[in-house]
Order: sequence, then C-alpha cells, then structure tokens
Amino acid sequence: MQVMKVMQEPLIFTHSRAGRSAAGQYPHAAVCEVPEKFRRKQPAQLPEVSELQAVRHFTRLSQLNFSIDTHFYPLGSCTMKYNPRACNQFAMLPELLGRHPLAPESASQGFLACMFELQEMLKEVTGMKGVSLTPMAGAQGEFAGVAMMRAYHRARGDLERTEIIVPDAAHGTNPATATMCGCTVVEIPSLPNGDVDVEALKQALGPRTAGIMLTNPSTLGVFERRIQEVAKLVHEAGGLLYYDGANLNAILGKVRPGDMGFDVIHMNLHKTFSTPHGGGGPGSGAVGVGQRLLPFLPIPVVGREGERYRWLDARDIPQTIGRLSAFMGNAGVLLRAYVYMRMLGRTGMQRVAEYAALNANYMLARLQQAGFEPAYPGRRASHEFIITLKRQAKQLNVNAMDFAKRLLDYGFHAPTTYFPLLVPECLLIEPTETEAKEELDGFIEAMVAIQREAEQDPAKVKGAPYTLPVRRLDDVRAAKQLDLTYHRG
Amino acid sequence: MPFIPHTESDVREMLAAIGAPSIDALFEEIPAALRIKSLAGIPEALTEMEIGRLMQQRAARDGKPLNFLGAGAYEHHIPAAVWAIVTRGEFYSAYTPYQAEASQGTLQLLYEYQSMMASLTGMQVSNASLYDGASALAEACLMAVRAHRKSRSARILVPANLNPTYLDVARAITEGQNLKFDVLPYEAAGGTLTATSLDAYRGQDITAVVVQQPNFFGLLEDVDAIADWAAANNALLIAVVNPLSLALLKPPGEWGTKGADIVVGDGQPFGVPLSSGGPYFGFMTTRMEHVRQMPGRIIGRTVDLDGKPGFTLTLQAREQHIRRSKATSNICTNQGLLVTAATIHMSLLGAAGLEKVAAASQTQTSALVAALTRIKGVKLAFGGPRFHEAVLQLDREPGAVLEALAQRGIVGGYDLSRQYPELGNALLVCATETRTDEDIAQYARALAEVTK
Amino acid sequence: MSSIPSNLKYLDSHEWARVESDGTVTVGISDHAQGALGDLVFVEVPEVGRALSKGGAAAVVESVKAASDVYSPVSGEVIANNSDALSATPELVNSDPYGQGWLFKVKPSNAGELGSLLDAKAYEKVVEEAGH
Repeated sequence: MQVMKVMQEPLIFTHSRAGRSAAGQYPHAAVCEVPEKFRRKQPAQLPEVSELQAVRHFTRLSQLNFSIDTHFYPLGSCTMKYNPRACNQFAMLPELLGRHPLAPESASQGFLACMFELQEMLKEVTGMKGVSLTPMAGAQGEFAGVAMMRAYHRARGDLERTEIIVPDAAHGTNPATATMCGCTVVEIPSLPNGDVDVEALKQALGPRTAGIMLTNPSTLGVFERRIQEVAKLVHEAGGLLYYDGANLNAILGKVRPGDMGFDVIHMNLHKTFSTPHGGGGPGSGAVGVGQRLLPFLPIPVVGREGERYRWLDARDIPQTIGRLSAFMGNAGVLLRAYVYMRMLGRTGMQRVAEYAALNANYMLARLQQAGFEPAYPGRRASHEFIITLKRQAKQLNVNAMDFAKRLLDYGFHAPTTYFPLLVPECLLIEPTETEAKEELDGFIEAMVAIQREAEQDPAKVKGAPYTLPVRRLDDVRAAKQLDLTYHRG
Repeated sequence: MPFIPHTESDVREMLAAIGAPSIDALFEEIPAALRIKSLAGIPEALTEMEIGRLMQQRAARDGKPLNFLGAGAYEHHIPAAVWAIVTRGEFYSAYTPYQAEASQGTLQLLYEYQSMMASLTGMQVSNASLYDGASALAEACLMAVRAHRKSRSARILVPANLNPTYLDVARAITEGQNLKFDVLPYEAAGGTLTATSLDAYRGQDITAVVVQQPNFFGLLEDVDAIADWAAANNALLIAVVNPLSLALLKPPGEWGTKGADIVVGDGQPFGVPLSSGGPYFGFMTTRMEHVRQMPGRIIGRTVDLDGKPGFTLTLQAREQHIRRSKATSNICTNQGLLVTAATIHMSLLGAAGLEKVAAASQTQTSALVAALTRIKGVKLAFGGPRFHEAVLQLDREPGAVLEALAQRGIVGGYDLSRQYPELGNALLVCATETRTDEDIAQYARALAEVTK
Repeated sequence: MSSIPSNLKYLDSHEWARVESDGTVTVGISDHAQGALGDLVFVEVPEVGRALSKGGAAAVVESVKAASDVYSPVSGEVIANNSDALSATPELVNSDPYGQGWLFKVKPSNAGELGSLLDAKAYEKVVEEAGH
C-alpha cells in the first residue's frame, strides 16, 4: 500500500506578522492621490509574510492534493488524461501572455491564426459547419447551445417551442441550463440496456419541443445505438439536437456528431483536448453548429479574409446570441488545446478514442472477471463504464463511497461516485488513453483487495481513508455551522 | 505514439482479456454508416520541437508592443513565484475537489482566497470564483432577483458608464429569464452618475442598482450617495469593482450606511497575465444573509472523524449536480487555477504591497495624462478624481491614430467613439506601475508624430 | 419502519397535513422522508401571506447531498411558519417530524381538497412500494 505522508499546513494567516513583507515585489513608493472621502480606512486582512514563507506554504498545500501528475485519476465523465507540458509552455510564451485582448488586429495576426486554425480543426473533428471558441466552460457552452436553439425557433416565429427533452442519465448541467434559458425540462427514461427509450421520446415530442440534449456515448458509458432514429424523430417533430460533448474523447476520429444528425455541440476542451483542470477550472466550452444555427453563434469568432484574420462581431453576425465573456473566452486554454491538437495530428486523434476504449474495456473485463457487477452487462464500454456495488452495500453494508474512500488509501483517486443517479451504488470509471496497463492492473488489484477487506473487516473500509491529510469530513457541520472565512483573533 | 504508452504486447494481452479480435471491434456498436475512416482536414502531427518553432514564430509576429490599454484587462507585474507554484502539477492537473480528503491543498487555498476577498471587499462571504468579471455581473443580477423576495419587477438599473461589454454579457446570459435593464445616463460634464439620474426611478419597484467603481472611464463615483439611494428605495446594490483599486478605495461593504449587497469584478489584476483576455476569474462576495442565493462553489472549514480541522465543498445542494433544473445556476467549474495565482499574488504583496501597486498605477496614469495633454489637439475629457484610467479627446478619429501607433509598437488605448458617440473622438488610456516615465515619454513622442 | 400517525393525511410526495380544530392545516414532511434525506442542514419555509396552490412547491428541505421541494397538500394562504425554530435547528425535522419539526400552516381556500389526500393506510403502501 502506498502511504502518503500525513501532513498538515496551517492557514497562511497564522504565518502573518505585522510589518513582514515580500518587499521585492513592490514598485517604488508612490503618493496616493485619492481624495479622503474615497479612501479606505482600514487595510484589508491580507497575510504579511516573506516570499519564502509564501512559497513554502503554497508548495506544501500543493502536496496535499492528488493530481494527474501524481496519481491515477479515473474520474468518470471528466477525462483526466495527461496534460502535456509542451501545451503549457508554448501557450505561455511571453508575447502570448502579454497580448492585450483588445490589441489591434494588425498586431494580433499570429494569435488569430492559431485561433482560426483551432476553429477549423474543431469543425473537422465534429462535422459541424461553424465554431465559436468563446464559451468559458462546458456549462457556458451548453448555455450557448440552448440559447442558439431558442433563437433559431424564435427567428422563425415558432414561439411555442420552449421544451427541452433531457434523458434521466444526463449531466445535472443539462436541465440547469435549459432552465437558465427559460425553457422547461421534459425528462425521459433510459431503457435497462442503457439506450434512450424511443417510445417515451415519441410521447415527449410535439409542437412545443425546442430540442433534445444528448450525450453520446451517454453518461451510462455506452453508445446510443438508435441515434439515427432519434435524430430523425426529433427533426421531424421540428426540434433540434444538442450534443453534450463531455464524452467526445470516446469517439474522436471514429464518428462525428454532425454526421449523427446533431445541430449543435459543445466541446469540453479541458477533457478531450487535454487542457488542465486546474483544481476546478479554467475550462473551455467551444461550441460547434450545423448550417441552421450558423447565424446565431456567440461572438466574437475569428474570420479570414485572404491572408488576414479578423474578429467577426455583431456587425458580421447580426443574429448572434451575443457575448458570453468580457473578451473572447479563455484564450490561454484555447492555445493549449491548439498545441495539443497539432501534436496529435490526424492519426493521433483517432488513436485517442481507440486507446481510451481499449483501456476502459480492459478494466471492465478484468473487474467483471474479479466478480464486480457491470451496470450494463453485454454492452461495450465506451471510454468509461459503470460498475454497481449494490450487492456489497446490501450484503456487507459497504457502499460505493466506502470503496471510493478506501481507494485513496491505495494511492488511486476515486472514480466518479453516485453519478449517474439512476444506477444505485455506482462507480463511473474512465481510465483515459494515457494510462499504462500496469496502472490499470494496480487499480484492479486494489479493488480486489478492498472487496476482500469488505468481506473480512467491513469497518476498516467504512472508516477509510487513513493515510491522507484528513479522514472523512463532517459535511453536516460544514453546512450547518458555516465557516467560510478566517477571522483574526 | 504521442502520449499513449501501450506496447504491442500490452495491446495483445488487453484484447485477449476483453475477448475482442481487434481495437476496431470495440467500436462495433456504432452504426457502420456513421463510422468515418479518417480526419482528412486535420494536419499531420508535429513533434514538440516543430510545434515549439511554429508557436515561437506566431508569437514573434505579434511582438511585444508597449501597452497603454486597460478597459477591463490590466498589465501588472506578476511576481516570479506566482506561476512557478501555479504550474506545479499538483495544482495544475488536479480537478474539482469532490474527494475532499485528496484535495485539501486546493480546498484550503480556496478557503484562504475566500477569506482574503471577503476582507478586501468588506463583505462577509465569498464564493470560490466564477468565469470572469462580465459573467459574474450576469450571475449577480440573477442572484439579486432571487435574493430580493419583496421585489417583483426583476428590473435592474445599470449605469451607462459601466464597462459596455459587461452589460452585453449580462443581457446575453440572462436573456431567457425576463430581466429588465434600464440604462442610467451619466452626467455629461463630470462623467459620473448623479442623484438626478437615479431620482427618475424613485418610488418604483427596482430589484437592484449596479454601480462600477472606478467606472469605465476610470472615474470615482460618489458610491456612498448611490448606496444610500438604493437602500432608501429598497433596491439591492451590486458593486462592480477592480480588486486592486480596493487597496486604496473604500470597500463596497462600507459604502453608505448599509454597504453593497453583492460585489463582483474581474480578478485579473491579481497575478493573471493579459493572455488575450483569458483565462481570468470573476469574483463574487456578499452578505451572509444571501449566501444560499450565491452561485458557484463555496468552501467551508469543518472537522474530520478524529476532530481534526479540514476543508470541504459546502452548500452543494444549491448546485446543478444536485438540484438539476432548480439549481441557482448551471455553473460547474470555477477558475481554480487563476484563483491559485491570485491567492499567491495577494499573499506575496499583502495589503501594503497592493496599495503601492495601486498608488503607482494612479501616479503613472496622471503622468501619462499630463504628457499626452501637452500635445496639440489632445485634452482631458473629465477632471474628477480617478484611479488608473482616463478619457482623452483627440482632434481626429481615434481608430486611425491607434493604427498608426500600433505601427510604432504602441497599443495606445481603447477607442470609445463607437460605444460613446456623445464623447466625440474619445480615447480611454491606462498606465499601471509597469509603465516607466520613459515609456510615457515614448508614447507622447509617437502620438505627437502621428497627430502632427 | 418509519412512523405514520393515523390522525394525519398525506401526499404521495411524503408531506403530511393535520387539520386543526380551527380548520387550518399544519404541514410537514413524513418520518420516512426525513430518514431518506438524512441530516437536514437548511429549511426554507413560505412567507406568511403567500398564496399556495395544492401540489405547488411551497418549501425546500436541504440535506448535505440533496435538496427537495415540499408541496402543499392544500390551496390557501400561509398563516404561520416555523422559521424561528427551523432556521437555527433544522434537525428538528429529523428528530420530531410530526411535532416541533412542522413547516407551515395554511388557511385552506377549498376544504374539499382535503378529501383527496391519502390516509395513513394508503400512505403506508406508498412507503412500502418506495422501499422496493
């Protein structure tokens, strides 16, 4: 068992001493010209520490984290693959870091060329007709997508279409987005084999249908086999199809959302195109659209005229749903995705889906052989799969969360737990293509060992983790006795 | 194969364990008619060496112009230690801290960040960040509608001297939710809001008033009077602020007798490079009474099974992954890595250091205004107190002037003439602590040349 | 087995209603519901004076991992709520769901609606089925 050094780091405020500073960081003294009535009376409670104290404090904090660079991180639906260092380095060249977002186009041709080519590559891998890079995260991409669907119906005078159909397996963001766009959500069930219930879909479709939001492969880890029929039904009913790109990694270069019949897609560049997750962001949720939604793309978009690149704004795209960020979205993330795509190239991109699928199906097969129960037996895994621990929960009183926490002791980040909600006691496992077979084998051995522990000494598993900086935290206390900020004294 | 570790024997063994004849067989559930053979439109792979060369060429093409442009994104010195730590893999390649035990580093850092932002803005609670300043304003407007139960109008007063892009974004993001934005004119001579423009709304049901300090023209608003007006008229007050300015300026929590209700802004001035507009981060702080209406992730301190202190995501029931269609927002990620940068930045500089940066930026802007207004045909539009931006009026169209300056390696400011035609040939300029007296002299020489 | 008092009426969405001697109706969530939600950390009750309709969302109960709407069993005006007690101690809903953990009182506008509510026996069936 890999034992992490148990450590703790006090709050930075406890290192603080009045008058201490990292003075090398300041400019020379300047006189404040602000009239008295606008002035701050008491300085903010920020730490007063030396540079070394700050560096040591934050370095120690970093060491309390699991991350891709330090641990296998098979978090289903999140595509925690290796983030190549080259992508970071080349996105952080001094000229690119120093470029002001509103700098004149004449001084921005190098940057704009990267963005234009990124748009073109994303069109190619998704089979869409236009791309806007501006959404700053997957959820914003979803927002843009649904807002474009709404705008499309409205532009046709079809004002009644305000219902968004969402399968029960969808990410929570899907219904939240639909609500945010002023739509109502119609939920449809999934069949026991993981496919969408087409009969229920037919019932749900009608003159109020704005569209359907689908993830394919779904969050259940399987490919929606009747997708062409679904697309035909939705289109015939006058609705549009939205593709949640959370699982694009599974099909990269194998099948394209545009070819499946989708009208709009958001891509999580921080998943499929390997930009860092950064402890919860920044993400990037570029959107792609088919012909019908081209007039509604969020601005700005990069256009090319001859050899020159320029921003397209509301003058070029008058029916746009508008701006979603102060400038053009998370440019630095987009540059990382651009470098990654260029390094993979045409064949490298197809290998992503191939080896992601190989790793997922291998783990599924081995876990099944070891006695774990797949949620959708007989189906191929996409790039991820679900096992259900409902038997362990019932017979041994050891549930999915207990397994997840015990995995941390074995040096593996836990898979996604309790999502999707409709599979009881589930672990959603996504190894990604960048993990070596030995790592997968180590994880499988850990699962087998935990199963044995659960049978022999369930209390041990229920008390995990033991080797991390803290044991299980009191979430009820956290929510009831809110302690959200530090107060001196 | 780039980034893929499998050997041929690995693949053989793995396929045998699966019982599949080939990797291709793993895709058999996808209808054959949909399968594609190749991605013809994607170029062939480049090696790290080749993409490095290409990126350096592209970057060099754009060069490093001397920058006097702000308008929502500001060039400040970033201590070397900030990004050296931010790009450590343990921060860079971790994800949202769902497994709290394995994410104490990120969680504690976010708690420290929340503490710093709450104190800086003079508010009680902070979330763990939003996407950027503009989208944070949109979220603040939606939050105000939820938080102000007595108001039924969903009507928000927005000043015309708010960053115009922020209003564009707020409109786009709230479009489906029936908010009404009324634009308040600023006083023509002074460039700031006055009680008169607000008084037109006295006695009406207003959900919230937005005020930006300093405003888009860089000028200081009489925020005490605006806060008191909002309180007297039962409207919530949303403050949009530059966090660096708060090292000098009165924090929104102390505006007027009651203070602001929601404070938002862009955290970019704290350790985040210009980087073509992102990733930055939006911040949001508020009063404790509104905490359950606040969108985004929130970190709380609690104890573990052994009574040891630790940190965890809290108030999650507000969020999309639990409430689904009833969530406060569809927001999922925050901008964790940028918050990491800002927290390290604030720790290194402290309140005293930030105050010096803010004061030096203000001083250099005054020097810039003095140097440029000595040029014939250039005058200062508004004379009131300001932070680190100023509106200049030229005797010709700013667009052509800016283009000519760009040819001389200078990014000379923001052309206000399209969004604010009433200001004439107006140009918004900015200097931070990074602009030296010589930089300013160089700009003045170039501007004199191109407007000769 | 959760407790299901026989003097109360129920909705299949796990609310209970008690008709008081003055004709008003007190509303809370059932013992089964509080057990399924786990430790409650926050309760949001409707303001006095608000008009509710039968089956409409009236209150929210929140545990660490779940938030649920509470539906009103009858239409009418809210005449009292239990926010004084529940804002500080939401756990009262866990410890005493039919007593101190009540949520709000309604003055019904259509007494006939009371007839369509489940009695204890019928609600017991709902709970049993939910257990499968």
